Amino acid sequence: MPEEATIVQSDQLISADAANAVSILHLYKSFGNNHVLIDFNLAIKKGESVVVLGKSGSGKSVLIKCIIGLLKPDKGTIAVFGKNVSEIKEEELDKLRAKVGFLFQSNALYDSMTVRENLEFPLRRHWIKVSQAEVNKMVLEALDDVGLAHTVDMMPVELSGGMRKRIALARTLILKPEIILYDEPTTGLDPITGKEIIDLMNDIQEKYNTTSLIISHDMNCVRMTSDRVVILVEGKCYANDTWDRLQQNKDPKVKQFFE
Amino acid sequence: MVLPAEIRSFLSEAGELSRFTGRFFSQAFRPRYELYEFTRQCYLIGYSSLPLIGLTSFIMGLVLTMQLRPSMVDYGVESELPSIVGIAIVREIGPVISALIFAGKIGSSIGAELGSMKVTEQIDAMEVSGTNPFKYLVVTRVFAATLMLPVLIILGDTISLYGSFLGVNIRGTTSSHLFWTQVIDSLAFSDVLPAFIKTYFFGFAVGIIGCYKGYNSSKGTEGVGRSANSAVVVASVMVFVIDLLAVQITDLLGLN
Ligand SMILES: Nc1ncnc2c1ncn2[C@@H]1O[C@H](COP(=O)(O)OP(=O)(O)OP(=O)(O)O)[C@@H](O)[C@H]1O
Ligand SMILES: [Mg+2]
Repeated sequence: MPEEATIVQSDQLISADAANAVSILHLYKSFGNNHVLIDFNLAIKKGESVVVLGKSGSGKSVLIKCIIGLLKPDKGTIAVFGKNVSEIKEEELDKLRAKVGFLFQSNALYDSMTVRENLEFPLRRHWIKVSQAEVNKMVLEALDDVGLAHTVDMMPVELSGGMRKRIALARTLILKPEIILYDEPTTGLDPITGKEIIDLMNDIQEKYNTTSLIISHDMNCVRMTSDRVVILVEGKCYANDTWDRLQQNKDPKVKQFFE
Repeated sequence: MVLPAEIRSFLSEAGELSRFTGRFFSQAFRPRYELYEFTRQCYLIGYSSLPLIGLTSFIMGLVLTMQLRPSMVDYGVESELPSIVGIAIVREIGPVISALIFAGKIGSSIGAELGSMKVTEQIDAMEVSGTNPFKYLVVTRVFAATLMLPVLIILGDTISLYGSFLGVNIRGTTSSHLFWTQVIDSLAFSDVLPAFIKTYFFGFAVGIIGCYKGYNSSKGTEGVGRSANSAVVVASVMVFVIDLLAVQITDLLGLN
């Protein structure tokens, strides 16, 4: 067992409280016989930045896809701003999703569209009434934030992996979401670009007081972005504490992440 | 009774495809309507296959005429050549050949496009961007294919008849006026209408099968290739099945 302070007690953590940006209660998700999430619990307060650590294949991506409603949980509830994601109607879910940014692990840039069209897509789809001038301004602003304003008319195939990641981040941020879910934001980037992305994430967090859920293997990123770290082991929220305290932890399952 | 694995997988595939088609109809007539994307797809689908269908139709009309001529001469009915070719092209060969070319070109491109969007999570990305990807990608493409193929087939048939006119004139001469009068006189309304109606079903089949295969693509680039490939195979077979059903139905209705 992890030490006292990090033991997770689901009841004390959760109430589907509107003060929490995200509350996950008794979440189960399996694919056939592959039981990925087993009674997972987590609450994220507004303005908080939580990092999820876990081995490859432990279900981190599955977890955040459940939060945004791309995957349906088998059991359990996920409330985002107090609304149960798996039960609300399509229109309401779309409204909720406009407030939640999602950075895909694979970037998921639309490869038949230019960078500009990629960034315009969520704007146009979520806010139908917005003038072209305004759209252009927001696109350039978002690209400026990631330092790639010159790529505006390029196709995704013409960009390097790291540039694609940054464009994907710009597309995630363009709607000024209140919650941002990052799936491995710095993987595949050189340390310098990685550092820039981390700084950008922290800037946004400060400027707009966003809530973030970050999945990462990059210990630098975890250390610099997290208010709290959650360790996902065998489908459960195994440990839940600040970076500093977890680092001191003697539990072998916790320790392996910090070596 | 235990069915062999092939039959079982065929049946479950057919079931899945029917479910997909059901989902299409339940989503197609409810807002939000993706009109802009639909027009764009009509343009892409129609325009991109026109040169290919035009070329193949022209050659087919020409060759068919040249192949038929010797026998017609033998039977001493050479003057009926335009009528025979007209009936063959408009009723059967034109629609089927064009639909097969369309299945090869559009079925595979829809299958590959949606397949690669699926495996690179672009479809998921659309969904979180306030878009129903089924409406945006599938409904628009299926409608575009359904509406564009009949137009392409009418153009293809016409081009084919021009090819045939050329074929008639390679040996012997027939004036353009005489040729077209003969062709049009030989075609009754009951020839043209069923042939025209079935083209909508061809277009629908190519669109829905391409989308189904792409949308259910398995992970990895190999899965995308397989989707594109089986979209073409299944759609081509479906064209013949629909053709067979259409001839039975017109028979039953006494339109032949
Ligand atoms: N759509 C799916 N269908 C079937 N199984 C899936 C699906 N998505 C994920 N899985 C399974 O769920 C498990 C967790 O996958 P997930 O992508 O969440 O891992 P991860 O923790 O994000 O790993 P990584 O760090 O490598 O990204 C894996 O065993 C995977 O095979
Ligand atoms: Mg992952």
